[in-house]
Order: sequence, then structure tokens, then C-alpha cells
Amino acid sequence: MNVGRIGGLLSRHLYLYQRSVARLLEIFYWPFLDLVVWGFITIYLAKQGNELHGAVTFFLGALILWDVLFRAQQGIALSFLEEMWARNLMNLFASPLTVGEYLVATMVMSILKVTAVGSLMMLFALLVYSYDIFAIGMALIPFIFNLLLSGWIIGVLTTSIIMRFGQQAEVLAWGMVFLFQPISCVFYPMEVLPDILQHIAWLVPPSHVFEGMRQVLLSGEFPGAHLIWATGLNTIFLVGMVLWFYHTFNICKERGMLVRVGE
Amino acid sequence: MSQPIVDVRNLTKRFGDFCAVDNVSFHIQPGEILGVLGPNGAGKTTTIHMLLGLITPTAGSIRMFGLDLGTHREAILRDVNFSSTYISMPFSLTVEENLKVIARLYGLKDIPRKIDAIIKQLDMQEIQAKLTRKLSSGQMSRLTLAKAILTEPKLLLLDEPTASLDPDITHKIKAFLKEYRRSENLSILYTSHNMREMEEMSDRIIFLQRGKIVAEGTAQDIVSRFGQKDLEDVFLKLAREGRASQ
Repeated sequence: MNVGRIGGLLSRHLYLYQRSVARLLEIFYWPFLDLVVWGFITIYLAKQGNELHGAVTFFLGALILWDVLFRAQQGIALSFLEEMWARNLMNLFASPLTVGEYLVATMVMSILKVTAVGSLMMLFALLVYSYDIFAIGMALIPFIFNLLLSGWIIGVLTTSIIMRFGQQAEVLAWGMVFLFQPISCVFYPMEVLPDILQHIAWLVPPSHVFEGMRQVLLSGEFPGAHLIWATGLNTIFLVGMVLWFYHTFNICKERGMLVRVGE
Repeated sequence: MSQPIVDVRNLTKRFGDFCAVDNVSFHIQPGEILGVLGPNGAGKTTTIHMLLGLITPTAGSIRMFGLDLGTHREAILRDVNFSSTYISMPFSLTVEENLKVIARLYGLKDIPRKIDAIIKQLDMQEIQAKLTRKLSSGQMSRLTLAKAILTEPKLLLLDEPTASLDPDITHKIKAFLKEYRRSENLSILYTSHNMREMEEMSDRIIFLQRGKIVAEGTAQDIVSRFGQKDLEDVFLKLAREGRASQ
């Protein structure tokens, strides 16, 4: 693993973002709008009575954490799309850059995106809705870490599909993560799902993060079991997904698709 | 004879039933320019992509600098680069930023000095700070050549580097390549559809047709062997024979 090459690829994306207002807006615009809409919904719910205890904390906390997952996934998938649109994949993979270094660079890129968007959302929620996400306490750090891992897993999966099927699959960079939203139990507890979906949700790492978040906010208990599940599942899926990506990359090289992707 | 920079043996690439490269063997010596000729679809670009590790061969071996490409990809690709009229570079970066990224990917030291030098060598001062999307096709070709030379390769793969360029820029690029090859003892694999250019640039030529080598030697050897007036006539003869037999 060569740090210089990882830095090189990272610098390519930082050059891109520093002068692209459209890309910067894309990062901040949707999270900002989400926060505005969900913020008002939670205020409305709070005014209607106390039937939904802690609605503000649940919804805004869930929204901010969901965006961690979403941006982490996009950090990986959009980085690949940028190379595809720029027809730069040949330049990258004909250089000494390895597949592992490529993936690490996109993961670092996703950390940068998550940090930028997350900080802005937390600050906005604090200033406008007096909502402090740090009320979740120490569990916030492993929550974010696990959502980052989950975002990487979905991002690597999305990238491998785009690499295999080209431009016709690029919409997945925005849509794939939402396939997991219903079973991630972001805005509702797992118990509201039908039995069969509960079993599936139990195997989805983000569902443990959001269940854990509700546990902390409702009872103040540290959600140790949920965090162990989330970390264990994430580790297994991430290793599996990286192996899958290598496999897909090799298939694309065998079929000559790597030099044609994006055409 | 010294160890070849490139030693390709029985290289084959099949895509399903279609054989793009069929049992091809060739070598390139240090400082040699090998021209690869052939009509469209002859397998030239597929061969270059295999030499760059972008396409996995179906059979055969590729050794560069004495190492096997399959097992020493990183070490080999540090000393190889390529340029083509048909490749692009990120449009939203300036010329200089694109060169910096490439320099980091190849682990170059003293990057600003090397970029300055290549910018001067290729007369690119005026476009150094320009966004890549604003470059003309000639400027783009110079950029892709600059990115290839910047990394100080021992082997350069040039896939139709002067296609669609005006004669003035073509002349400058060829002059630069000849001088650079002489001063750095660079080995080059060169493809072009311009026969005069191939005769002028290549020490030796291989002629590919439907994935196979059908002629090999110096331009003069090939012309006299086929009893033609010049390389262009040889090209026309072989290409037409190839189409007729399809």
C-alpha cells in the first residue's frame, strides 16, 4: 500500500471539488433541505402532544446519522463515476496504482465528505432546532464508525455494478443506498416491520446502529449488543465486498470492459 | 544482444468467439522504436492494453524489463507510460494539476521542477494554468504526451499519437520524440495509420492483420518482400487481401 499514490488520487478529487460549485452544492444542498423539512416536521409533532416521546431527538438524530451512511456510500461511488465521466480510468489503472490503493483513496474521500456534511448538519441542528446530537453520548463515535463502514460496503457494491454494467447503472450511485433504508429502521423501530423483514433487518448493520440510537435516547443505556452486531456484520460484509470488487475488476479486465467503461 | 525491454510470446486474446490477438510474439530492444501497423480492428490497441495490464491475456506471456507483467505489475508500470489521441484527462483540472496527480501516482520526486521542465520541453507554458476542458485537440495531445514523458518511462506506448493533429504539431511531436528517444535511450511501441510517419519513426515494423503478425522487419525489408513501391502500398495490399478473405 503506497501512501503517495493514495494521496495522488485524493488530490485529483480535491482539485475537482475546490473549483466546482455544483459539486459542493450537491454535497450540502440536500442534507440542508432534509434537515429543514424534518426539523419542521418534528417541531409540528412535538406541538401535537407527547404521543411520540422524544420525536425531535429521534428524527433529527436519525436524519444526521443516515446522512453519514449516505455520504460515505457516495464518497466511493461518485469517485468512480467522476473517473468514468472524465475517461480517466485508463490513466489510473495503467499506472502503478493498485486496486487496494484505489479503494482506500475513495474511502478517505468519503471520510472527508462525511466530516464536512456531518459537521454542517450538526451545527445547523444545534443553531436552528437547539438539537445537540452529542446527547447520544459516547455511543455516537462507534455509531458513526459503523455507518461509515456500511456506507463503504454499499459504495463498493455500487461501484462494482457500475464498473460491470457501465453508464446504464450509474443511477445506482444515488439510488442504491435507499434500497437499504426500509430495512435499516432509520426512522422507526425494528418491531414495526413484518416478521420476515425483521429477520432480514437483523442482518443489516445500520439497523443495529439506529436501534442502538433509540436505546440510548430512551433508556440512556449503552447499546453494547447492537454495536457488537453492527461491527461484526460490517467486518464480514466489508471483507466480502472488497473481495467481490477484486473479482469484478478481474472479470472486467478479462472481458476488456475496463477500457470501455463509460463509453 | 542485450535483454529485451519487452518480450511478448504467443500472446492471445479472445473475446468469446472473436480472436482479437492471435498467438503474437515480438520483442523491443532498449532504445528501439517498434512500429505496429494494421487496419482498424487488427489488434493493435488490444495489444497495447494488454501491455498496460488493462486487459488480461487469454494465453501467452508478457515480460518487461525481465519481469512477468502478471506477477510484477506495480514494478513494471512504474517504468511504462502511454499516450494516445483517444485518451482524455480530467477536464475540470488544469494542465498543471493533471500533471501533478500523475506525478504522485508514479511516485516522482522533485515534482515541481520536473513539471516545469516538461512544460518547457513541450512548449506548454501558455496552457499550464488552463483548464483541460479548454484545450484544443493539439494541446490535449501535448498534454497526454507530457503526462507520459513526465514519469520518465523506459518504455513508451504510443497509440496513434498524431492522429487528427495538424502537420505543424505532428512535426513538433515527432521531432521531440526522436530527440527524447536518443537522449534517454527510450524504447517505444508506436502505432499509426500514417505510413510515412511509420517509416520515419520506426526501426522495425510488425504488421498485424486480424490479430496475427503477417509481416515483420524494417520498413525497407517489408516493402521489398511484398514487391511494392512503398509501405502504403503494402498496407493497402495486405488490408484488402485481409478483407477479401473474410
